[in-house]
Amino acid sequence: MKMDNQFSVYKQICKLSYLLFFLLLLSCSSEKNEQEDEGYTPVFVSLESPQLFRDKIIAPVIPENNPLTKEGIALGKKLFFDKILSKNNTVSCATCHNPKKAFTDNLQFSKGINDNLGTRNSMPLFNLAWNFDERFAWDGKEFGLEEQAFEPVTNHLEMNSNWKEVANKLQNHTEYPTLFKQAFGDTPIDSNLVVKAIAQFERTLISGNSKFDKFLRGEIELSPEEENGFAVFIDEARGDCFHCHGSEKNPLWTDNKFHNNGLDTNFSDIGLGAVTGDPNDNGKFRTPSLRNLEFTAPYMHDGRFSTLEEVIDHYSEGLQFSTTIDPLMKKIDKGGTQLTNKDKKDLKAFLLSLSDYDFINNSSFNP
Amino acid sequence: MKKIIFYFLVSSFFILGCSSDNDVKLQNTKITINFNHSWEDEKVTKDDFNDVKFTNKNGEKVSIEKYRYLLSNIRLVDANNIETKLSDYLLINVGEEKNLSFSTEQLILEGTYSLQFNFGFSGEDNEKDYNDLNSVNFNVPSDSPLNGGYHYMQFDGKYTSSSTTTPAPFNYHAVKAEDIKNPAQPTPREPRDTSFGVTFSDILVNEGGEVIINVNSNIAEWFENPHTWDLNKLNTVLMPDYDAQILMNENGQSVFSLQTDM
Ligand code: HEC
Ligand code: HEC
Repeated sequence: MKMDNQFSVYKQICKLSYLLFFLLLLSCSSEKNEQEDEGYTPVFVSLESPQLFRDKIIAPVIPENNPLTKEGIALGKKLFFDKILSKNNTVSCATCHNPKKAFTDNLQFSKGINDNLGTRNSMPLFNLAWNFDERFAWDGKEFGLEEQAFEPVTNHLEMNSNWKEVANKLQNHTEYPTLFKQAFGDTPIDSNLVVKAIAQFERTLISGNSKFDKFLRGEIELSPEEENGFAVFIDEARGDCFHCHGSEKNPLWTDNKFHNNGLDTNFSDIGLGAVTGDPNDNGKFRTPSLRNLEFTAPYMHDGRFSTLEEVIDHYSEGLQFSTTIDPLMKKIDKGGTQLTNKDKKDLKAFLLSLSDYDFINNSSFNP
Repeated sequence: MKKIIFYFLVSSFFILGCSSDNDVKLQNTKITINFNHSWEDEKVTKDDFNDVKFTNKNGEKVSIEKYRYLLSNIRLVDANNIETKLSDYLLINVGEEKNLSFSTEQLILEGTYSLQFNFGFSGEDNEKDYNDLNSVNFNVPSDSPLNGGYHYMQFDGKYTSSSTTTPAPFNYHAVKAEDIKNPAQPTPREPRDTSFGVTFSDILVNEGGEVIINVNSNIAEWFENPHTWDLNKLNTVLMPDYDAQILMNENGQSVFSLQTDM
């Protein structure tokens, strides 16, 4: 501090007193709130962020109008696993988002109602509250988790229901009316409450305890293969995966941004381009997290690769040029940076060290 | 309640005090810095991205797909070297239009100041943890020969030249210079802090006024001065390239300028 001392102290006091003044104003206006809802009051809970998340990245996104409550989360979980949300009671969210598979399925395209096939690979669900831009789905078309949950219920290929019908079924159910009342008070059951509850449950799906997390916390060592695999991952000349998928300071293992990672020269699905209408976005999809790959095959937005070997071969020698390909994709004329067999194997070993068995075995995520 | 009244009295006393003391001419002044970008004299915004349309000094055609950089320790400094910190750091992202304009209210004396900041984090600042920067993958892996810290800049795009007709990528990433040990370089050179300071003098702060400062980055300068950059030779894998980092540091010095006619 080079500032003249007296002057600086004076400045600080002024600032402080402004602050005090505003605090006072705030505290004056916030006294009434509590008297409003009578009867059952839901119990507010806070997300249990893993230590590395707290230490390394910014706070999760929890909308002010949908704070987490014990009752809301429990209701959301019940709804998530309940086929009642689909037209003929055959499909639940969990049909395509299975907890044992890190909340995805192992099909290239998920089967919805009447075994209808969609056109995209189902996405795993975890650490969703840390998607800071809140752009969900492969192409970012859904803004916010609440908003996203509206979609599958009425999607003709997925659950093919309509919200009036769903609200009716829930209203006439033996348990739901009480559960909704406990979570949200006397508001009539409607789509808004359903998506709020589901989003609350989804925010509790946190994966932060893989072998690599334990390594970062200093609890265990990596194998030499995993270690070299990580070196490949963060080496610009070899994998250069970290610019998009992050490294040891970003426990999400994604940037949640949109890129074209060189899958195709011509796109059958233009991804982000269809959402923004900007041809410069054609062929861009959201970077997926690299956690839990062990459970989430097949890979990419269209599930084109059934193994991690295929994924690694793609980055190493399978890159396809298109004008929107990300500049981080190098040596495209040769298909990529041509990793050695050893580096490929080790890279895979490293990727698998991001598997979180505690997450897929977490009994509080079971129906 | 007594306590509250006490605070109320004390704080209103100070607020009155703040605004009525003529001797120090201490005033709340809004300071705005706009970060503008150009290619030579042509303004550049995100609408100019993704188009291989700029020409650099060496004759390559260039597109911009990502342009984000970090400025740290942004401050106003008066004639007696008294500093008023405006911001610890800002990550400016042209493609996402983040932090293109920065405003702050400061209690500051009227007078003539210089605006100073660092391009990148210098010294120890580069060794701390910044959760917001980690969250957007701006860090440099610490388990690597690059030895952690943060990017100063990520400037990605594609270029074409007489020898490269299909647009090829470049990753003009500025970081601290670390010499990587390899068979050809058995005794690596000392790491070098390649962040650099930028100073603009004659910033006038008038009584009760609002100060608007326009800082321009001429992106073409990265390829131009004093070293003519050859993208055919230096395009990707520049983070572990000690010499390339020194060139970036030297070319970067003329990137920033103060715009007076805005
Ligand atoms: C028929 C299979 C299917 C069903 C049923 C289904 N989903 Fe999905 N889900 C998908 C697919 C496929 C995607 C990717 C969609 C896209 O990118 O267009 C997806 C994406 C998502 C995402 C985005 C994740 C992210 O990181 O962006 C969320 C959240 C989600 N689903 C939640 C739900 C919820 C909640 C339900 C129940 C209300 C549900 N899903 C029902 C297949 C399904
Ligand atoms: C330019 C950013 C970028 C870089 C660099 C990058 N990826 Fe990706 N990665 C993506 C995107 C975007 C997708 C999804 C693409 C799609 O589905 O169309 C993806 C998908 C994947 C998937 C599939 C995950 C899933 O759930 O389907 C894996 C595995 C993967 N990348 C690993 C890597 C590895 C290993 C590297 C380094 C060799 C790497 N990535 C480099 C952006 C990147």
